Amino acid sequence: MTKKSESVVIELRNVFKHYYMGENIVKAVDGISIKVEKGEFVAIMGPSGSGKSTAMNLVGSLDVPTRGHIFLDGEDISLLSESDLAQIRGKKIGFIFQSFNLIPNLTAKENVMIPMMFQGVDIFEREKIAEDLLSLVELGDRADHYPNELSGGQRQRVAIARSLANDPEVILADEPTGNLDTKTGKIVMEFLEKLNRQGKTIIMVTHEPELAQNHAGIIYSLLDGKVDKITKKNNGFTKVAKEKLKKLKYSGKK
Amino acid sequence: MIVDSFLLSVKNLRHRGLRSWLTLLGIFIGVTAVVALISLGNSLQVAVGSQFGVGQTELITIQAGGVSFGPPGSGAVIPLDIDDFRAIEKLSGVERIAGRYLAAGKLEYNDKVVFGYIASVPDGDNRDFIYDQLEKGALKGRLLKDGESGKVFLGYNFYVDKVGLDKVVIPGKNVLINDESFEVIGILEKKGSFMFDNAVYMNDQDVDDLYDYGDEFDAIIVQLKDNDDMDNMKLEIEKALRKSRGVKEGEEDFDVSTPEAMLSTVNGILGGVQAFIIIVALISVFIGALGIVNTMTTSVLERKKEIGIMKSIGARNEHIFMQFFIESGLLGLLGGLVGVIFGTLIGVFGTLGINSWLGADLGINISFGLIFFSLLGSFLIGAVAGIVPAMNASKENPVEALRG
Repeated sequence: MTKKSESVVIELRNVFKHYYMGENIVKAVDGISIKVEKGEFVAIMGPSGSGKSTAMNLVGSLDVPTRGHIFLDGEDISLLSESDLAQIRGKKIGFIFQSFNLIPNLTAKENVMIPMMFQGVDIFEREKIAEDLLSLVELGDRADHYPNELSGGQRQRVAIARSLANDPEVILADEPTGNLDTKTGKIVMEFLEKLNRQGKTIIMVTHEPELAQNHAGIIYSLLDGKVDKITKKNNGFTKVAKEKLKKLKYSGKK
Repeated sequence: MIVDSFLLSVKNLRHRGLRSWLTLLGIFIGVTAVVALISLGNSLQVAVGSQFGVGQTELITIQAGGVSFGPPGSGAVIPLDIDDFRAIEKLSGVERIAGRYLAAGKLEYNDKVVFGYIASVPDGDNRDFIYDQLEKGALKGRLLKDGESGKVFLGYNFYVDKVGLDKVVIPGKNVLINDESFEVIGILEKKGSFMFDNAVYMNDQDVDDLYDYGDEFDAIIVQLKDNDDMDNMKLEIEKALRKSRGVKEGEEDFDVSTPEAMLSTVNGILGGVQAFIIIVALISVFIGALGIVNTMTTSVLERKKEIGIMKSIGARNEHIFMQFFIESGLLGLLGGLVGVIFGTLIGVFGTLGINSWLGADLGINISFGLIFFSLLGSFLIGAVAGIVPAMNASKENPVEALRG
């Protein structure tokens, strides 16, 4: 592999996802190619029905394509079993959902600990990392609260902490501010930007053009299951991320 | 992974609603029944046994008519007589032998009349023999002595007004028996069996005067020199009686019963009751297991979204399966735990109850093995019931599950 492709974290190569509903074929994703490089902030945009949710599921390896290949860190994941897929996404991808998707029976800290449990991290280490991550999202004092005791913004920050639990390559955010008011939405976006500046690759799915334009370096606009438009800003990288990437390249790490 | 699933399951169970707990009733009832039954086992046997007059003294009882414990007097076809008595007395293995009258009689006191039976007490050495067989002394007053006439002592139930006289009988009072006046000189300690506690005890001579037995007996009781010889002696006594009564083998008009025989009758009755309870317990447990299948299936549907979340953050199918599987097992375990507690309580209080009823001192039969296996069994039943729901949960497609 060339040095350039080593910096590619996720690649969708001519991917199709068709659903069969009776006699009709729903072409949710109809041949898209997306390449996400390390440290990028990518937005996937589109109106409802454009296939962005399906694309997001494919990018997040929650779903497998009907046709085409998906590479995560250079590995073709389109052929993996569901359990192996789970293992990989648990390790390499952190999810942030519109409706937070915290587990209601568990405290904030326990929610953050769960992804590490699936990776077999020792329980004491899990606790320590979870506490650190909650401090990072400024919720250190809410660690033992249950989700229903937290505000929407706080819940989304717990979700951010959870997405970071296994120190993944990529954070996948599906309408992260969709259920939040403007102010708390802004705070959440600031956290995502901060993470991006620290080198995390962020892929955000949104239907708000403004959000995409304000934060993302590269925007894929989908329409009818196809990539309609690719908008690059600042050459696709934020400045800090670019420097970081350089360092990574020179040190010869993947 | 198992420890983690375990901890997670405990957390989830804490948030379960009343509905989940109600489905545990089946397991609870089943385990309660089994644990109570086994804890009570020995006490129950003694309690039922004592009702049928199975005492600790090893005696052979011979009655006419081929009935083991029929109402005395009623079933006697050809009564046992002195010839039968002598035929048995001659046998070498016999240590002590006594003929007894067990007559149905009428007792009048406080202007009330009750019908019961009168047990005779012989004079001499045989008096001690009978008193030994009673195993109890006088609760109030004293027991009868040789040669006393016009006196009786009564079973415990006369003293606590359980025979229908509406007034307790205390020593010193007179009662009318078959219209003759007798002085009550004592009350026998509680035996716990109506056969003893409802009886009137009277010296042989008085019984003979009332009923004119002559050379006949209602029962002959025999104590052996060597109790290990019981089975053999039973056969010998039967042989001697066939000869003295002139009947053929297989046509006996008498019954020779040993404590073992009575005990096995008692055990037979108990065994039937126990088998029934075990069947009910098994049905309860089965219904309980179905309840767990039901509640787990519902839970999987309700928590579909949670399954989706877990999968999206890296849960493999095995993780999801283990979590629901263990959760289901824990549900069963909880049902079992409550069952063990209740069953043990029933065992403890049941034994205490039987002890105070019989005046006995029976130990409580609780084994940790029983508790351990009851709990293990409950967990396994729950876990097995959870297999299918847990498999369904683990197979959920993450994308669809996330939609909820």
